[in-house]
Amino acid sequence: MDEQALFDMLKPVQEKKGYYFNKNRERTFDILKGLITNKNRYGYMACPCRLASGERDEDKDIICPCVYREPDVKEFATCYCHLYVSEARKDDEDITKIKVPERRPRELMVF
Amino acid sequence: MSDTKVLVYSLSTCGHCKDTIAFIRKKDIDFSFIDIDRLEKTERKRVLEEVRKVNPECSFPTTVAGDRIVVGYNEKELEEALNS
Repeated sequence: MDEQALFDMLKPVQEKKGYYFNKNRERTFDILKGLITNKNRYGYMACPCRLASGERDEDKDIICPCVYREPDVKEFATCYCHLYVSEARKDDEDITKIKVPERRPRELMVF
Repeated sequence: MSDTKVLVYSLSTCGHCKDTIAFIRKKDIDFSFIDIDRLEKTERKRVLEEVRKVNPECSFPTTVAGDRIVVGYNEKELEEALNS
């Protein structure tokens, strides 16, 4: 699967849930490419902005969409990677200027 | 920029890391980066210990410029660190 196919597959599903892809297409496709790389590496789409352990159980909270997406989009209008944004900011091409702090607890980073 | 060594601990798949490397690349300075996700297990473990010493959260990118540490992609902080 390439980035375009992944984009086309996820877009309608995620929009129904209220999550929109970053309007900055270059950034969005770059992150999707990272997800595909991780799928090929680990067998699942680990967050490309975090270091995965390679063990599904240890990485389950950071398999995209990660469990931190909901609170991050709620608080910052975007997820940690800037892949998903809120409906209110779906046309904002500068969303990457928002800094989203790492919400993942340190004790879960077992790599 | 002084002759401070600049090193970026990064992930090859991470947009924030790419932004950071691109930002530093525009400056006329010597720097290097290590894509941790591309390292073999033993080497990865060794390098992660280095990262933990400067950024216990072990998030990426982590940029080391002399005694300055910048976590994440932050142009203002990077600029200050690179000019220190």
